[in-house]
Formats: sequence, structure tokens, C-alpha cells
Amino acid sequence: MKVRIKVWRQKNADSQGAFETYETPTLNANMSFLEMLDVVNEDLSMKGQEPIAFDHDCREGICGTCSLVINGKPHGPHRKVATCQTYMRSFQDGETIVVEPFRAKPFPLIKDLVVNRKSFDQIIQAGGFISVRTGSAPDANSVPVPKINSDLAMDAAQCIGCGACVAACKNASAMLFVSAKVSHLGLLPQGQPERERRVLAMVGTMDELGFGSCTVTGSCEAVCPKDISLDFIARMNRDYGYALIKGEPHRNSAED
Amino acid sequence: MATLNSNLPPGPLGQKWEKHKFSSKLINPANKRKFKIVVVGAGLAGASTSATLAELGYQVENFVFHDSPRRAHSIAAQGGINAAKNYQNDGDSVHRLFYDTIKGGDFRAREANVHRLAEVSVNIIDQCAAQGVPFAREYGGLLDNRSFGGAQVSRTFYARGQTGQQLLLGAYSALSRQIGLGAVTSHTHSEMLDLVVIDGHAKGIIVRDLKTGAITRHVGDAVVLATGGYGNVFNLSTYARGSNVTAIWRAYKRGACFANPCYTQIHPTCIPVTGDYQSKLTLMSESLRNDGRIWVPKKQGDKRAPHQIPEAERDYYLERKYPSFGNLAPRDIASRAAKEACDDGRGVGETGLGVYLDFSDAIQRLGEGKIRERYGNLFDIYKEITDEDAYKAPMRIYPAVHYTMGGLWVDYNLMSNLPGLFVLGEANFSDHGANRLGASALMQGLADGYFVLPATLGNYLATQKPDQRPKTDHASFRDAEASVQSTNRRMLASKGSRTPASFHKELGKILWEYCGMARSEAGLKKAVQLLQALREEYVVNLKVPGEEGGLNQSLEQAGRVADFIELGELMCLDALTREESCGGHFRVEHQEEGECKRDDEKFAHVAAWEFTGVGKAPVRNVEPLTYEEIKMATRSYK
Ligand code: FES
Repeated sequence: MKVRIKVWRQKNADSQGAFETYETPTLNANMSFLEMLDVVNEDLSMKGQEPIAFDHDCREGICGTCSLVINGKPHGPHRKVATCQTYMRSFQDGETIVVEPFRAKPFPLIKDLVVNRKSFDQIIQAGGFISVRTGSAPDANSVPVPKINSDLAMDAAQCIGCGACVAACKNASAMLFVSAKVSHLGLLPQGQPERERRVLAMVGTMDELGFGSCTVTGSCEAVCPKDISLDFIARMNRDYGYALIKGEPHRNSAED
Repeated sequence: MATLNSNLPPGPLGQKWEKHKFSSKLINPANKRKFKIVVVGAGLAGASTSATLAELGYQVENFVFHDSPRRAHSIAAQGGINAAKNYQNDGDSVHRLFYDTIKGGDFRAREANVHRLAEVSVNIIDQCAAQGVPFAREYGGLLDNRSFGGAQVSRTFYARGQTGQQLLLGAYSALSRQIGLGAVTSHTHSEMLDLVVIDGHAKGIIVRDLKTGAITRHVGDAVVLATGGYGNVFNLSTYARGSNVTAIWRAYKRGACFANPCYTQIHPTCIPVTGDYQSKLTLMSESLRNDGRIWVPKKQGDKRAPHQIPEAERDYYLERKYPSFGNLAPRDIASRAAKEACDDGRGVGETGLGVYLDFSDAIQRLGEGKIRERYGNLFDIYKEITDEDAYKAPMRIYPAVHYTMGGLWVDYNLMSNLPGLFVLGEANFSDHGANRLGASALMQGLADGYFVLPATLGNYLATQKPDQRPKTDHASFRDAEASVQSTNRRMLASKGSRTPASFHKELGKILWEYCGMARSEAGLKKAVQLLQALREEYVVNLKVPGEEGGLNQSLEQAGRVADFIELGELMCLDALTREESCGGHFRVEHQEEGECKRDDEKFAHVAAWEFTGVGKAPVRNVEPLTYEEIKMATRSYK
């Protein structure tokens, strides 16, 4: 098979970008989408043109590095998979496929299809952790966790931090990403002492970084490669409301 | 010749680590603040050590080539992490984990290091659970375990099929906390391209900012490399595409010894290669071998569909050869047996490079529902990649490169022969000998990062004056930076006709053919010649589009492939000079009916190679392996 790809090309953040169209060499339907881009890039290099810059690493749907909006959908046509798990047999021979970067203000473009998702790290740095020094932990079995909580925590913890939720949202909201971490830690006994402090700090940082607000359209859930549920946003909103009412945790001398 | 002093503490094996920690130098808190530690990599080892060193009060600078410290390939480990907790009361102990690991490594690992690993394993689970890693639990709320990789006890902790992800995100959260507190400075999109050595000590690194192309100098009182394994030297592997050898290779070229480069692990259960375009091989967790039966047709060239081949005409070769371990034989053994079957013309699938992993018996015995419950996600992955339904027809699998046991040589303190240079995780050589057992890579990365280096680093720092780091205008920094610049410019200026990717493919094919699952003297000699020619061609016939400034992924790749080609030659040389078979290293001349035949008299040692110049013969240094506690035995799984 062969396809035509219409790709966003942009030299760097300061320059003007535009779509370029390329005819691919002959492809195999069992190629992954990224392997198709590899083939196109080899072809461009041999013709003395600059290859298309795109992000990728594990190519098995777990590292969260790959991105791309394919025909208008972050991570392509299928649900519950990342771009690297998308195969050419999902497209028609001769089809024109539009390929764009994840676009959102808090994800500034670096080059072509590559954007900077540093803002996600900044949100985690603000509070996406349990404060426990190495060596200070009690025996692992001294804190039992109901299986149902740990299973639900795991559902949330699967987030790969790719940013598709932000790219899909018309407001560029990061609520699905943030709520996954807040829920993962908030569901576990180990996460209780910092529960309110955490949600306030993470949501505050998310707002400061310019992510938009959530209007519950569900487009984030629809493109999430790990099928993270909107329910976690509801859970986070509850935690956030509770934490606000309770006030800044450090102003109270003790928890009651 | 380099001096290799393993610095093993005296005393009985079980007390060495305790005693060593007690006799290790402490740095007083006021001085810790004055020491700056450069850490390269943020996988399990790099992230855990950066976080822990910062908690202790050191200034830490962390560098990753990824866009975030959460991306390293530790994240892809599926199966689990071993720990000698004995929560199942099934007879596990530190000693048993230690023994299994030494035996699994075919008696080519350092006894004291492995014992320490087994001891520390229990603390890792505590630490990770406290961080909120959502390990699998039983209904009573306690941690669940499973058996893995042929172990006879259930000591593997897991988080669904994503244990590596959850452990890495745990370490990343600890690291993020320290970044947020300002105790760690995180440099993303930053690739280390050289090590700076001053008066024989590692004192800094040269880094390229992958976004801007800027080359910068970074000084530290010590340098820690936690940059992972080098399996991508084969081009096709289960590694992430970005995984590379560059950081440790350039340290090797600055004087650090490279130990046992030929020890590579080839994992038996991966999805077979389908075409030349392929960029990546996908692992199917070996837990599948608990219920799947591996077979090929008895007849050569039998092209019938699997269900048309009657039972009597199938060869369940693992069950036949290893009746007591059967389909659960260790990775190196299972891989080699698959290769033998295919070499014999009995491989399946279009390319003939595949064997069946058949669940029909298990489905009949337990029902499809049970199999779906156990392995549903793996069957889904298989379907997604191959477009085939493994509930209906057997999976096709073939071995693929998965892990490298070799790496930079380190002593008991995890310091290389270059003082001040520490190497952690898969990047070092120390704990897995000639073959790694399942669920022990995660264990080693975190042991090194959370518990070992933070305890041993003081032994080196105590010999250094606080606040007396060299300045980055030192001649060694200038020279290293100039050499990085000139290498990059030379590659960009080269007006050849082949891309880095085309060289990488050719390199991979040579190594897979001659330095893969079976190696022979003639083949290895031929490979060395081919690789020397390839190295020379690389200099004159390379084509790298783009510019020096800004993001240039072709340039990144060009540098990494250059290092891989040089490494490939060293691997073949190492395989050639190790005239025995052990673990993942199988020399066809040294076998007993297809099984590895070790030569303990001549080769019970670590080979640590020392660089003498590109195109010049490296020096083979030797560290003898002495076993105090256990007797070397033939590793039998029959
Ligand atoms: S490349 Fe890792 S998730 Fe796609």
C-alpha cells in the first residue's frame, strides 16, 4: 500500500509552520504508524531533505513519549492505544492522512511534530508524590490496603503522561492527567497524610501553567491510551472542594 | 594495564554488607551540601539514586536525553520484581535468592555483590509500597506474589503487567519531590556526549541540549552513570528505540573498563520479525510459558496450518529435552532450543523463524475465560501487532535481544576503575553473571540506586576536599568539548550516501548472525573483519541531514550508531576470547549435547576491556571470581 501524508512542518518555536504533503514509498500494512514515518524519513534523507522530527521511544505504548494528532485524533483512530501501537492496516490504500503535533499553550512546540511537555513534570513536582525518605519505610505488609482500593489506584496509576488528554480538550485542560495522580495516591492509606495538601498544590500549579478548565466533554477519556476514567476527575473535584473548605493544611495545627 | 581492585570487604559472606556499611566513611551534613553529584539517567537506578542522594543533602544534577525523567525504558518491564520476603512461607530466604541468582548467572557473577542484592531486596519492597506503588494485593490487603522465570518459590511482587512502570513512576515521584524542593536540578533533553577526567578522576560531563544543539560543560565531585543497557547494538531488540551505549562507551574511551560485553540476554518469547522495515521487537511476558506449550512440526518444511498437524507429528522440544523444567526452562536455554529447531528447517510462519506457543491444552483444561483473565492483555497486544487471534491458533514467537549483562566494570562500591565514576543498574556488569533471571533487573536497578550507592559514595568523597571542584574552564573540559564539537561537525559535513539507520541495520544483522545465540570462532573472526570495514565506511560514507543547532534527530542517531559499531567489535572480541560457553554466551565449540560447557579452570573470571585507541587492540584485564560460600556446579535444568 501507499498513502499520502500531510504533515505539520515547523523549524522551531519562533518560525512559521505549514503543512507539507509527501507520498510514501510502498508500505506494508503490518507496519506501525511510526515505522511508516521511519520509511518516509529515510526517503527524505536520501533525497537530501530534512526528515520529519517526531517523538517516540518505547514503541510499545508505555513510555508516553509518542504523540501526534492523526486525522484530527490524538493517538490516531483507535481507542485505548498510543500512536506507536497504531498500524497501517487501519488506513486505506491511497488515503491522505493528516499528521499534526499535540497543540496546547502549555506544550510549546520544539520542532515539526515535537512539543515540550515539561509542564506535566512541573505539576508532579508540586505535589504528585508521597513524602517518604529512602530507608524510612515500615515493612510493606504492615500497612494492609483493601484490594479494591489498590486495584482502583492501579487503574489511575497507569497514566503514561503522554498529554493526549490535553491535546484533545478544546480548553487544553489537564484534569484527567492530574486527577489520575491525585486519585492514585489518594486511594491508598500511604497517601492520606498529604491528601489535601497534594490536591491543592497540583491543581494550583496546573492553573498557573495555563491549562484550561474542565467542562466535562469527555474528549480526554476518549483518546486516553490507558483508558483512564472521567470518574477520577469527579473524585479529584471532591477532594479539592473538601481541601478548600478545610483551608490551607499548614494553618491548622493538627488533623482531627 | 588498569588496576582492578574489587574492594570486597573481609569476613563471612552474610556479614560483608553490614560490616562494609559500618566501616564506610560518613560525610558530615555540613560537607554533604558542598558536594555536587552529576547523575546521568533517570531510569530505576538513576532516579532512585538522584532522589536518595538529594535526601541525604548532596547537591544533585540529573541529566536525561528524554523529554522527561519519567520515560526511561525501565518503564516497559512487565513481569515483576523479586524480593526475599518469604511472605508466602514457601521456604524462600535471602540465601535462596542469592543462590538462585548466582546459579542463574551460570557462576559468572561476583558472590558478594549478589548476596548484597538479595539482602537489600526486602527493603526495596518496603520503600516502594510506602511511595504508593500499587502492588497486587490479596483480599486480606496484604501483598500478593507469583512465581516467575522458573523459580520454585513465589517471590515476585508485581503491579499487573506493568511492574516496571509503577516502580519507575515511584522513583520518579521521589525524584520529582526533590526537584520541587530545589535539591535536584533536572536537565531534560540533555544527552551526555563525553566524560571529563581530570588527574585520573571523573569530574564532569559534556552535554548536548537536544532542543537547541548547545554544548555545555557540567562539573561534579563524582559522576554517576545509570544509562541502561546496550542491546540496541543489535538494531532490533525489545529496548526502546532511544536506548543507547553512548554514555558508557564514551566513558570507556576515557579509561573506564568495559566488562563482559559479550554477555547478552536473548529472551525466548517475543513476536517474530516480519519485515525489513521493522524497528522494534515486542516482548510477550514469559509468564505465558506457565500455560503455553512450545512446539514445532517434527517434519522439516512442514507448511500445514498448526491445527492440521496431528499431535504425533509435533515436537514439544522443551518438554522433551528438559522434562523437569519443560516449557519453563531458563531464558538462554529456551532461546537456544528455538533457534536449533528453526536452523533445522522446522521453524514456522512465513519466514521460518518462529515456533508455536500453544494454549489449546490450557484452554481445554481451564476454559477460555481463565486464560483471558490471566493473559488477556498479552493476547490483546499479540492481536494488535499481528492481527491474529491466539485463542484460536497458537502464537508464533521467536527469541529477541532483551538485556545486556555486561557493562562498565565496577568494584563493590559500584565505582569503576576511574575514581569518582560510579555505574549503576544495567549499565554496570556486576550482578547477573552470564545470564539474568526474570524479575531481577528491577531489583538490581533499585538496589543500586536507593541503597548501595548512597551508602558507598562517601568512601570516595571522603578522599576529596569539599568545595574544591575543578572549574569548567579547565583544559580537560575544553578538550572534551572540542572533541564533541568536532565529532558532530565531521558527521554533518560527511557527504556520503548512507544514513545512520542503514548502517545500524547492517550492524545488527552482522551481530545477530555471528554474535547472537550461537557463536563460533570462524564466525566471530569474520564478524570482526566485517565490523572493521563497516567502521571505516562509516567515516567516509555517512550522510546526516540537518544542522548543528536545534533539534536534529539524525545527528543524535549518527553519534549513537558510531558508538554501537565500535562496541560491536569489542563484543565479538570478548566472545572470541571467552573460549567456553556460559549462560547467554554459547560457543558452538564448547558444548555437551547442546548444553553450555563452562571452563571454570580457565574462565572463572571477569574480562574487563581497556581502551587503547580506535582501531587498536584493547587490553583484556582479568578479575578472578572466587567462590567462598558456594560450590560451582554444572547448571542443569534437566
Ligand atoms: S513510544 Fe512509548 S508510548 Fe508510544
